[in-house]
Amino acid sequence: MLFKIALKNLIGARLRTFLNVFVTSISFFVILFISGMYDGMRQYAKQTTIDTEIAGGSYWHPNYDPIDPMSFEKSHSKIPIALKKLINLKEAFPILVSQASIYPNGRMMPVTMKGIPPEQSIINMEGNNTDKVNPTKMLANHDEIEIPVLIGSEMAKKTQLKEGDTFIIRWLDSEKAYDAMEGTVMHIMNTENFKLDIGTIWIPIKKAQNMLNMENEATYVTYNEGIEKVKSSGDWLHRDVNYLISDIEAAIEADKPGNQILFFILLCLTAMGIFNAQVLSIFRRGKEIGTLMALGMTRSRVVGLFTLEGALNSFLATIMTVIFFGPILWYFAEKGIPLPMDYSEMGLMIAKRLIPVYSIGLILTTTILIGIVVLLVSYFPSRRISNMNPTDALRGKITT
Amino acid sequence: MKKHIVISIKSLVKRYPIGNNFFTALKDINLTLNTGEFTGLVGPSGSGKTTLLNVIGGLDSASEGTVSVLDHSLNNTSHNERALLRRKHMGFIFQSYNLLPVYSVYENVELPLILNKVSPLDRQKKVNQAIEWVGLSDKRDSRPNTLSGGQCQRTAIARAIVHQPDLVLADEPTANLDAENSHHIMKILTKLNKEISTSFVFATHDEKIMGYLKRIIHLEDGMINKDEKIKKSK
Repeated sequence: MLFKIALKNLIGARLRTFLNVFVTSISFFVILFISGMYDGMRQYAKQTTIDTEIAGGSYWHPNYDPIDPMSFEKSHSKIPIALKKLINLKEAFPILVSQASIYPNGRMMPVTMKGIPPEQSIINMEGNNTDKVNPTKMLANHDEIEIPVLIGSEMAKKTQLKEGDTFIIRWLDSEKAYDAMEGTVMHIMNTENFKLDIGTIWIPIKKAQNMLNMENEATYVTYNEGIEKVKSSGDWLHRDVNYLISDIEAAIEADKPGNQILFFILLCLTAMGIFNAQVLSIFRRGKEIGTLMALGMTRSRVVGLFTLEGALNSFLATIMTVIFFGPILWYFAEKGIPLPMDYSEMGLMIAKRLIPVYSIGLILTTTILIGIVVLLVSYFPSRRISNMNPTDALRGKITT
Repeated sequence: MKKHIVISIKSLVKRYPIGNNFFTALKDINLTLNTGEFTGLVGPSGSGKTTLLNVIGGLDSASEGTVSVLDHSLNNTSHNERALLRRKHMGFIFQSYNLLPVYSVYENVELPLILNKVSPLDRQKKVNQAIEWVGLSDKRDSRPNTLSGGQCQRTAIARAIVHQPDLVLADEPTANLDAENSHHIMKILTKLNKEISTSFVFATHDEKIMGYLKRIIHLEDGMINKDEKIKKSK
């Protein structure tokens, strides 16, 4: 019975229903959109790291510690046979890491120098979404140049280097002897992974091995996605994707309270909007409540009726969100949102086009929470108003 | 028709709190009304007509005294019991109609039947009959905002009598209407009183409708000062 009356009230109220449902629906959209953007941002950072750096995982020299440059000197050796086989099958590639100093425009700057095979196609440091040639290929076939160098755009900005510019590179080889040669910038890549850009120069691995006197040696080997762990990698340590993105996962985990606070604030704003609309609607209907009581509707049924109207309101809002805002959410999820500035300058791994991610968890949580909010903001005002003296309610005199 | 007591009121007092004091709206009211009566509570504004009507309808409670309606004592009864009594046995007509603005005429009239859980088929039959009684068959799908005052009040009457209650309480039903509509409304109510044997109690100070009443109870300053039965010549 209540359902029939509630439905009639909603259908009959036309514009009022539309406005209530629209406000709820907009709230739905805003929460989904902003939370989706936030999730998308984090997801993007993870995926970009995988695409541009990690691929399927790595095998590390036991002494290698990427955050301790002092370890680079001792973290190189001949590549284990099992990994060598993977490299020959083009399912993996080696990287040789060392410290170096560069002298762009007469200034000195310490860098991490990484040797990479120019022909590798397992990772694309500019990301998988680009149609451009893999930037490491730019290092190939330059026998006439002493050291072909690949740098990121941020590094280029910092050092004021352009493509074709030359600068001195100085390094310490395995015999503990310093040497220096001229490097030439072959390509400036636009990578969103700042770890590949800031403070790093990339050179062909053969050249690096030769310069450092470390023939056939490497610091780590990165393998393709879908490749299973090799049985014997000697004393080299297997680092899977989970291990390699653990720093990002930790950052995401640390960021969770912030995300939850943002979600809570959005939900509060939503609740206020819905509360405003519902309270206004319910208190304006004081006379109607009085009439229903005079016709014999009990107080609990009055409360039930208005709460049910709220529930139907949120149900209709869900449908409206799907119909009206669904295409917008889908469009942004497909095409992304262009950001006004390049956040990589700030050392943030944020896409130039941000793609929101709407997980099932996010959709369900938002739907349930908004449903609960609508029910509460329908229940409390109608409970208050139903406790009024029916004669006051009939006169439309709100005295609660 | 067998006479049966519909309303029995003994020593009724109704007080309202005003600040730290009380205002006594009804003083020592004693009243008995029988089945099929067509009674008017008549008096100037502030005489206690509406208050008495609200107490009879169980919308308000007595401060002192006993009130019994249709063999149900309204003293010490819960809100729900009073709501049930109104739903099953009473109909209300208000001065400002109190129609639900988002409902059509048909839906407004149907509402008491939905509350009484009448089956859809019966509902349709009864609503159509009630709308026909008040002469609004051509307006059944109209919303109240498209109706005249008289049509709104006729809708309210149809809503009050659709479930054929034992008692209809009408608070100034003709106050917002012109003479022609007032007479029209009263003729409908007189006819219904005869056809469905429902008792009617009006709170009114409208001179135009006095001629239709079979009994007039004069109220002044919350007290009954005259109770006259009108004998009509045939």
